[in-house]
Amino acid sequence: MKTNRAFVLLGVLILVACASLAASLDRWFMSWAGNRAKDFSPVKIAIGEGQKIFASHFYRKADVYFHSGMYPSIFDNNESFKTAHIGEDAGATGSKNTGDEEQFLGDQRDIIDRFSRNFFPSRHTHLDEGGVAGEHGDSGVVREILPWLKIAQELDPENPLTYTVSAYWLRQRMNKVDEAELMLREGLKSLPDHPALLFELGRAHSENYTNTARARNIWERAVKSWHKQEATKSEPDKFILEQILTHLAKLEEDAGNLPLAINYWEQASVLMPERKGIPERIAELRQKQAALGVRP
Amino acid sequence: MKNAFAVAHLVILEMVRRKDFYVLFFLTVLITGLMGSVNFFNDPKVARYLKEICLALIWVCGAFIAIATTARQIPAERESRTIFPLMAKPITRGQVLFGKFLGCWVATCLCLVAFYLFFGVVAAAKEHHWPVGNYFQAWSLHCVMLGVVIGMTLLGSLVLSSVAANITLSVVVTAGILFIGRHLNKVAGQMGETTGAVVSGLYYAIPHLELFDVRDLIVHNWPLIGWNIWGIAVLYALVYAALLVFASWLVFRRKSFQ
Repeated sequence: MKTNRAFVLLGVLILVACASLAASLDRWFMSWAGNRAKDFSPVKIAIGEGQKIFASHFYRKADVYFHSGMYPSIFDNNESFKTAHIGEDAGATGSKNTGDEEQFLGDQRDIIDRFSRNFFPSRHTHLDEGGVAGEHGDSGVVREILPWLKIAQELDPENPLTYTVSAYWLRQRMNKVDEAELMLREGLKSLPDHPALLFELGRAHSENYTNTARARNIWERAVKSWHKQEATKSEPDKFILEQILTHLAKLEEDAGNLPLAINYWEQASVLMPERKGIPERIAELRQKQAALGVRP
Repeated sequence: MKNAFAVAHLVILEMVRRKDFYVLFFLTVLITGLMGSVNFFNDPKVARYLKEICLALIWVCGAFIAIATTARQIPAERESRTIFPLMAKPITRGQVLFGKFLGCWVATCLCLVAFYLFFGVVAAAKEHHWPVGNYFQAWSLHCVMLGVVIGMTLLGSLVLSSVAANITLSVVVTAGILFIGRHLNKVAGQMGETTGAVVSGLYYAIPHLELFDVRDLIVHNWPLIGWNIWGIAVLYALVYAALLVFASWLVFRRKSFQ
């Protein structure tokens, strides 16, 4: 009898110890940064940070669709496709592309290579220019890139490029400005005050809503947040600051605030001294300023 | 030929009785339906992603049906010992083999008809047009490509010891050719002289199955391939399929079933 009682007590002791250990581990686990379970997303639980690789794949996939399937493989010359054209054409990122984008397949090597080119897309086209149908095509077919961008954004919500590129094509070619703004605001939840997202939001207000006052406020905030977030980085994204400054400069020019416009052009010139046309633009504005008798 | 057709007819009947096709077709319909119900930025005209997913499923299912059906033909006859009464009949080994090949090929092509009809309905529902010529080219090229795969699997079923090994090898070789077949000569150019020559030789020897993968042309609404080009491609596949069936016959005619 005594032995049985000892076993029962030992069993209870082990159960209590297990429960205590589980309770203490659970607290630690819930606050642990590597805990995948707190998202309740089956994909995140299954592949964790690996989903960023898939996100990058789907972003590329959107670019493949942008070219109606005509895209270099890893065996081809990728020099002209280093930066996705959907991002480059959207003005969301600087270009690293060089070389002829028509010629990535190179010369025909043999009879099989020559023959095989009839069975896959081998003409360079962009969906926003009508795609395969050319200038007679519907530029709205650019909508076909959106599912892949949405999936990329779902998989990696911390990549600003997917938000800005999606928003650009939504508002620019599909006239879906509200959806574009919604996308950017969703991005701002994951990346608060991100300068690229604020810049694109400002563009939506300037170009689509024609609300220049709001656009100015957003871009000014974007400049501030760029200095806060990017300036301290070893390789800051100068391209986006230059874009914000030039857009602000143009906005001030249109509003007749020439001294402010010159100031923004000068900042852009310091940032990107190699960019052509800026010193000429400043000189032009100074002449205009002098003619109007405005004090510098 | 009559005997070969009789064997082919039996293979097709077997395929009708088996559940493989029905299950795969149902899965394709289900997955495509689910993916089609996703709403992207309130735009119902977005279609190409759905076409790509549906075609990818069709390609996977087509390859599975072709390889799985062919791989078990001869081994199943041997295991159930029905090969002996079959051989006792006035039918040559060549006719049996050709009948098996033809049966598997026709059955697979019939399955593909159902798949491509479904694909056409899905695409038409989204894009409101039905490019019949393009779909016919895609279907026919897919069929002749699977003819080569069936020939390869039939040869494997006579050479390899088990069905599983044959299925695995056929899948690996088919996928390998589809993914890197087109680039082998580029790879060979970056290799040393001897290995480069071997890879280059392989490039010219293998059946280029990737030629028949015109999914990108269909998904992105590219125009028709020239019919002369299509004809040459079909001929190219038929020659390879015939060579593989011939090689299978060379093995099969000396095969002992004791």
